[in-house]
Amino acid sequence: MDWQLLATRLFPGGHDIVENDNFLSGTAQVDGRPVTVIGTTGHTPIGIEIALAQAQAILGTVQEHPGRPILILVDTQGQRLRHRDEMLGINSYMAHLGKCVDLARREGHAVIGLVYDQALSGGFITSGLIASACYALPQSTIRVMGLPAMARITKVPEERLTELARDNPVFAPGPENYLRMGGLHGIWEDDLAGQLVQALGEARDEDRRMALGRERGGRLLAQPVAEAVRAGGHVRAT
Amino acid sequence: MSSYQELTARQRIPAIFDAGSFEEFLPPSERVASPHLAQLDAPVSFDDGVVVGRGKLDGKLVFGAAQEGGFMGGAVGEVHGAKLVGMLRRAIDENAHAVLLLLESGGVRLHEANAGLIAVSEVMRAMLDVRAAGIPVVAVVGGANGCFGGMGIAARCANTVIMSEEGRLAMSGPEVIETANGVEEFDSRDRALVWRTTGGKHRYLLGDCQVLVADESDAFRQAAIEAIAGLHGGEVRLTLDGLLAEQAMLARRLQDAEGLAEPMEVWGKLGVPEPARVPMLEADAFLEMAASHRATIEKGAR
Repeated sequence: MDWQLLATRLFPGGHDIVENDNFLSGTAQVDGRPVTVIGTTGHTPIGIEIALAQAQAILGTVQEHPGRPILILVDTQGQRLRHRDEMLGINSYMAHLGKCVDLARREGHAVIGLVYDQALSGGFITSGLIASACYALPQSTIRVMGLPAMARITKVPEERLTELARDNPVFAPGPENYLRMGGLHGIWEDDLAGQLVQALGEARDEDRRMALGRERGGRLLAQPVAEAVRAGGHVRAT
Repeated sequence: MSSYQELTARQRIPAIFDAGSFEEFLPPSERVASPHLAQLDAPVSFDDGVVVGRGKLDGKLVFGAAQEGGFMGGAVGEVHGAKLVGMLRRAIDENAHAVLLLLESGGVRLHEANAGLIAVSEVMRAMLDVRAAGIPVVAVVGGANGCFGGMGIAARCANTVIMSEEGRLAMSGPEVIETANGVEEFDSRDRALVWRTTGGKHRYLLGDCQVLVADESDAFRQAAIEAIAGLHGGEVRLTLDGLLAEQAMLARRLQDAEGLAEPMEVWGKLGVPEPARVPMLEADAFLEMAASHRATIEKGAR
């Protein structure tokens, strides 16, 4: 979905979001109160500049508007695959962005991620996936990488991966599978503005994704394993 | 003297922690393997490629993990990630003196793609929870497979990164970049370029790695002890001031590297007198030379 159309549907109370080289930033009115909005558009790869710009916007919000909620609009084909980005330490820029989101959450800002178009691995992990909660639109694409590339690296035939991707949430792209795995809290349809208000109200600091993945049947072992390690128990006994 | 790089995860634990002190959680005898590998006819490992537990480091209660690069490149799947998260949460429960992560990983395990991606983000949040509890987190990168992808990001969520020159820390591996954008963009067979771009000396000069040691397990152990002791004197939590300082450092790096395409040019810009000699220097000589030319954060916690 076009970001401007999305913004109209998310923020009937108005917004001043601008796009600058595929980087989105601004403020929107949600249920009568201001919300910081950052994000990307045009499936842009997340390089070091955009990661730093998003981090700057979050730090600015923490500094100047304590407690103001933050919405991250996700549309990216993943991290930028360039020698220069690696030379300058793109992992550090990504980690910095993730740490800024984490700080904001701990300082009492509800941080919501919304995948409105594409979300691929590296570009997603320090935005939507580190937020208080992450949601997606039904027509969005979420995946680690395309099946042809995955087949090349894992040396598993693409036909086999395609077959598994049909009903196996571990491989299959798409929001329904990430929902089952606990990686998404929900999928928004129809009343986007209303769902945003509700999500901001429900945002919690605790990471409940393992529990969600288990409840929804998509990721059965993560929570029992983590709990067995934590409690010094056995997985098979649970 | 023994090379840290050549050790397996299970050999690294006793080489770094006090002898005989480490207690493993969910050891291989528990038979907790990945549930997703069989359907791809991929082999499983009964520790899913990671050792987690608690032990003593210089007599202090330190929780830790070691990723096994020999099993699927140390990549993170559902069980691997959950073991790390469980260990990190337990470190908070038991008020650990510190957490030490011996990282060696290609990042998300593609055989269990979605589960691996979510797991890496859970590990990052759990690491930052540990720091929020006032417990220092130290990451060690010195394995032959390096530390890439999501775990390359996770490493930089630690308070301190300790590397050897031979260690590599980055996000996308050179092969991935070459495949996506051609050999002119990044020639993965040019090993010298790969090390100049992702190796320990470069990361140390840029300020992304705080301690550089020779590839000896004793040196890593000593560096870990000292790093943890140093962190106990200050703030280990994320703070606004610390992140503003990091923002400034990363912004300055972009400015300083404007128009530069080769790591050696970046070192020259930092004031390194003879950049071409950097790859030749032994660790001690390099550290002496680098002392006045490193990019660092002036104030605040990392």
